[in-house]
Amino acid sequence: MGMKESEYWRWKEYNWKDEDADWKDFDIVTAGVDIGSVSSQAVIMGDNELFAYSNMRTGSDSPGSARKAMDWALKDTDMTLDDIRYVIGTGYGRVNVPFANKAITEIACHARGANWMYGPSIRTVLDMGGQDCKAIRCDERGKVTAFLMNDKCAAGTGRGMEVFADLLSVHIEDVGRLSFEIDEEPTPVSSTCVVFAKAEASQLLRQGWPKNKVIAAYSSAMAHRVFTLLERLGVEKEFAITGGIAKNEGVVKRIERELKIEALQTDYDTQIAGAVGGAVFGKTLVEKGKA
Amino acid sequence: MKANYGYKDGSGEYFITIDTDKCNSCEECVKACPAGVLEMVPNDFDIEAEDMPAVTEKERWKIKYTCAPCKPVDREATPPCIEACKEDAIEHSW
Amino acid sequence: MKVAGIDVGAKFVKVVIVDDGNLVSRSSRLMGFEQKESIEEAFKEALEKAGLKKEDLTHTTATGSGKTEVPFADDEFTEVSAAAKGAVNLIPSARTVIDVGAEEGRAMHTNAKGKVLDFVINERCAAGAGSFTEAMARALEIPLEEIGPLSLKSKKSIPMNAQCVVFAESEVVTLVHQKTPKEDIARAIHDAMASRIISMARRLSIEEDVALVGGLANNVGFVESLRRELNMDVKIPEEPEYVPAYGAALAAASRAGGGS
Repeated sequence: MGMKESEYWRWKEYNWKDEDADWKDFDIVTAGVDIGSVSSQAVIMGDNELFAYSNMRTGSDSPGSARKAMDWALKDTDMTLDDIRYVIGTGYGRVNVPFANKAITEIACHARGANWMYGPSIRTVLDMGGQDCKAIRCDERGKVTAFLMNDKCAAGTGRGMEVFADLLSVHIEDVGRLSFEIDEEPTPVSSTCVVFAKAEASQLLRQGWPKNKVIAAYSSAMAHRVFTLLERLGVEKEFAITGGIAKNEGVVKRIERELKIEALQTDYDTQIAGAVGGAVFGKTLVEKGKA
Repeated sequence: MKANYGYKDGSGEYFITIDTDKCNSCEECVKACPAGVLEMVPNDFDIEAEDMPAVTEKERWKIKYTCAPCKPVDREATPPCIEACKEDAIEHSW
Repeated sequence: MKVAGIDVGAKFVKVVIVDDGNLVSRSSRLMGFEQKESIEEAFKEALEKAGLKKEDLTHTTATGSGKTEVPFADDEFTEVSAAAKGAVNLIPSARTVIDVGAEEGRAMHTNAKGKVLDFVINERCAAGAGSFTEAMARALEIPLEEIGPLSLKSKKSIPMNAQCVVFAESEVVTLVHQKTPKEDIARAIHDAMASRIISMARRLSIEEDVALVGGLANNVGFVESLRRELNMDVKIPEEPEYVPAYGAALAAASRAGGGS
């Protein structure tokens, strides 16, 4: 799509479908479409069971990205958009999903989606995306009790990690593994600001630090920063991490270490939480007769 | 629900917290803000609830700067949004 | 009596030598990898220009973020006080002093003697200082010294939304792809920067005259945006980047007993 591969998270765009299910058996089919600044997901659910989804890169316009994500989710099904009873748009581009029946903020959708993915015991969700970081607390029904969102500053986001991966010429997906290939945990980089942290890292490299040690120093600084954000909100078990950074072990393990809590694991792709929440909201709205 | 709008950057933490359980949707805070930082929005978290005040998307990234004139360094002063709230539902983190 | 002021900034080290209140020489060096070497070199050059030896100096005062790194300094002076003292000495009517360097921005409310009454500092976030314009010039693919004059050509105010250097780089690249004229982008960059600095300064009572010092005062685009946003004149001393070092030299003189 014209963009250099190294500029973005290098995950592959893909779609998934439940091979054992026939959508015609469902009473209520709903969908959630989450348009983030870096990635977009469309999730189709039948009676709150996951039926099909896609995970794509966001293009230059939100409506186009929404259509592409939905096309890919539908691709291997014998279903069309008209077969979906209700569509919720969420994420940064939520008001620009042309076929959505309603837009709901990503915070509300994320909590609902995490509740579905991790079960009702989930109380705290940390979502670390390409350009933002959200911390959400919720009750046993997935209703938000407190939230905090940081999308002003690149520190603590995927973009901040990308800047480092570029500086060190390391593939983004290798960063997590390499951050553990060190003799001992170094002192974290002292600057929070990505620009200043980058200058600090350059200095460390010139002093002869191996790449992996620099990666470790930045990963723990990033983990600490996210930890302080979580502290502002208060963390209650169970706890889970979603979003792109959830795939970076180097940051995840260091956050767990600081929190002294292990994050719950899931077999689902952690990036679909927002879209799942949208589809779950859709079903509730249909049942309440609000759709 | 405690809704925290704002950010943390290298220079510090800047959050406006609105406690929607205390808020009575009177809109006085929105009227009191001289910089148009607050607006009433639909409550997406509770479909049954009334509209709630929120920091506008435009201001969420710069409240440290926009709110600065309401935080003089040479005297004690309560920002007008906090002053206007009879329910003590608004807090600033800095 | 001969004294020296040394300002060890994030990017440059600046040295000023003052003899009985008169500025006799100045010198600056880019801060290299070996900080102490850069400091020594700048100091030596300033001495040579003044035709002096180290022993001729009665007192040396250091300021700036690296002020503790100067082995030959007699003492230190805070950045805030140094900028205010230097600015008010050069522009006696100044009561508000704004100092924007490579990594920090600050604003001071001062009295007629240049004593700081209140101050605010913007630090540890690159969006609040010179690093911002530097990164934006790179994103625009123009030399840093051209971004100021370029923005003066703009007739149109466009908004810049990103408040983080990293995100602003992407925003500038997008604007360039959308064929937005580079002069309008340059102006948007300076407007955004000026708006942040002034909002910060509004925590003080902004009393006229306003003086601007520090490296960013050499950027005509930023100065223009600052004047427009403040709706006040902004006075700029000659060679504004040396003002904190000059302030430190004045402090050195008074500490050595030569009055200010």
